Amino acid sequence: MPSSASHPDEVPMTNPGTHLITIRYFAWVREKIGRAEEQVALPDGVTTIADVIAWQQQRGPHFASAFAEPTAIRAALDRIHVKPDAKIGTAREIGFFPPMTGG
Amino acid sequence: MAVRVQEMAFDISAEIEALCDGQPGIGAVATFIGKVRQSAGDTPLASLSLEHYPGMTEDELTRIEADASARFNLSASCIIHRIGTLLPGDDIVLVITAAPHRHNAIAAVDFLMDYLKSRAPFWKKETTVDGPGHWVDARTSDADALARWQKTDP
Repeated sequence: MPSSASHPDEVPMTNPGTHLITIRYFAWVREKIGRAEEQVALPDGVTTIADVIAWQQQRGPHFASAFAEPTAIRAALDRIHVKPDAKIGTAREIGFFPPMTGG
Repeated sequence: MAVRVQEMAFDISAEIEALCDGQPGIGAVATFIGKVRQSAGDTPLASLSLEHYPGMTEDELTRIEADASARFNLSASCIIHRIGTLLPGDDIVLVITAAPHRHNAIAAVDFLMDYLKSRAPFWKKETTVDGPGHWVDARTSDADALARWQKTDP
């Protein structure tokens, strides 16, 4: 994994070995959070999609609003649909979005 | 086999011609076009915006198309989905399937649309003439439609 030095926009981390991951938001999840994408270091103990959602709920009012109803959120890991119990592992990208409405 | 995500409109005749070109075994072509409705409930619609997940959308559509091709033994198929801002009456999505005989071609279109609606990462936002935009809710009937195919999965 890249070290924190290769991501100058990130807040310096206490643990340089921490897994940095890109999180992308779509549709009303993106609007509520106010950004389309960010790079984050997941805290220790956050190992599944459900853990990430629970962690997101603590990150401030915009995140709390976007993730208030976890059953309304769908997730993808490295661009493949996954369920809440999916392990993050060494994935590089998580996507959070509402149920899809294409077609 | 082809999957495209694009802002511009599509021409169904040109797409059918391209799909069938050089494929003498094709005896049936089935198509579906999804269009922007004129209204949202009782309120006239001003526009419809379509957002997607670049990269994942193409991957997911390719997986869905490969499933349909194997399941229905298609000779050829094509999925084109538009993104960006569309107006009432505009085309949104085109699905074309080609097979030696009609039953597989027709069933494959139905299958592709059911999977596309529940699995392909697109989101619609409607803007009515008298109000702010709102995100379209997913329909539970779309999930039910998908379950119909899964019951008969081998």
